[in-house]
Amino acid sequence: MGLLSKKDTKLITDPLTDNNPITIQVLGICSALAITAELKASLVMGIAVLFVLGVGNVVISLMRNIIPSKIRIIVQLVVVAALVIVVDQVLKAYAFELSKTLSVFIGLIITNCIIMGRFEAFALANGPWRSFLDGIGNALGYAVILIIVGFFRELLGSGTLFGFPVLGDPIEQTGVYASGYENNGFMLMPPMALIIVGLIIWVQRSRNRDLIED
Amino acid sequence: MAANTDKNSYTILFAVAMVVVVGSILAFTASSLKPNIEENERMEKQQNILYAMGVNDNEDVSDIAFVSTAEVAQIFSGKISEQLVLEYKDGKIINKMTGDEFLNSKDPDKGIQPYLIDLKKQQNRAKEGKSRYLPLFVGEMEGETVYVAPIRGKGLWDEIWGYVALNEEMTVKGVFFDHAGETPGLGANIKQRYFMDDFYGERLLTEAGVFKGINVAKGNNDPKNESKDDYAVDALAGATITGDGVSAMIKKDLRLYLPYFNNLKTN
Repeated sequence: MGLLSKKDTKLITDPLTDNNPITIQVLGICSALAITAELKASLVMGIAVLFVLGVGNVVISLMRNIIPSKIRIIVQLVVVAALVIVVDQVLKAYAFELSKTLSVFIGLIITNCIIMGRFEAFALANGPWRSFLDGIGNALGYAVILIIVGFFRELLGSGTLFGFPVLGDPIEQTGVYASGYENNGFMLMPPMALIIVGLIIWVQRSRNRDLIED
Repeated sequence: MAANTDKNSYTILFAVAMVVVVGSILAFTASSLKPNIEENERMEKQQNILYAMGVNDNEDVSDIAFVSTAEVAQIFSGKISEQLVLEYKDGKIINKMTGDEFLNSKDPDKGIQPYLIDLKKQQNRAKEGKSRYLPLFVGEMEGETVYVAPIRGKGLWDEIWGYVALNEEMTVKGVFFDHAGETPGLGANIKQRYFMDDFYGERLLTEAGVFKGINVAKGNNDPKNESKDDYAVDALAGATITGDGVSAMIKKDLRLYLPYFNNLKTN
């Protein structure tokens, strides 16, 4: 037996596939639409959420027996907000460049419904280790979808990946642009993210019929 | 756990304790990191001003590259020959101060380095009917004197700001734009080099000397930006409001400097 028991492994792998927070639980759609026009932003957001959800789940789990149930949502919100602000301040002081890149995500992390959802559904009822794994798993599941959507939107919308031109130069008409190809500006608009997420949901459910709800 | 977590008294106690604990953690973090953060912001402002007047490490990269933080203070004092603060009121420059005069002033509204002047505060002063202080940084670029002026406005979600380097004819010699929270891949691209580089050589004044500004224009038939006489640069797809914000802040904030530049020409 390795580091993780079979049950624990499932906590990580389930959200990646059959219980994905975006495509199955349909949470966190707002940020998936807002920031996936670039692959880099998708990746950064994925890492940020990974950190906040992993640590936040542990904190909530440790406090689960002393949190008054009447104000538990506010307590969860305070934990996320405090965590995010501390990280933001530390980055501003010691990794200023990175903090500039992240600035726009700070607000989006606090309002990400996946985080509140996992606190409420999992961390309040489970121990810290399992909550940590659940947080990591869900954040990875979220990141995977973000990266897939970001990949297609940046490639088809701007012809670049991580900012590097991979299809040639649209203004100088080199690479594939020489044959008349054009970037699809519509891919940069948020609605296209929704359509790509929809396509992912379609592919996923047609491969696994159990996921189809009646 | 013996305590009954459903009792009102417990709930209130918990809330109070939580506020105190979280509040002190945040206050402690903020105050202990403040010197570092201020230092970083100070260096960033200097880097941005230098970037606008073409002092940067752009050569080997396609992205924007500032001069290094280790050298920025030295380069800044070497390249900026003069820091000026113009006092502006009702369409006129009523007073001109050097950076040192401004820094050493006893007036609580002054007494800082000109490059640290907060434009938001100055815009509020103008709204209250007071005079506002306009910083201007004088340096040299491509053999002529350039004047770097800061600008500030609104994007789609949050503040946008920048620095514009102008020569005596108010022709743009370089710009730097930044933003607090524009959408990545859309409005955030005002910070990309391909957008900022387009401003080089654009004019703010007509032949007759009337202030016209630069439009971030959609439907620009000049995507390679070859015409420098059209008072327009090509807009960013999907970033209409951020682009309009850029046009607006250029027009609004640089217009204030017009009397100063008119004065330069007549002297």
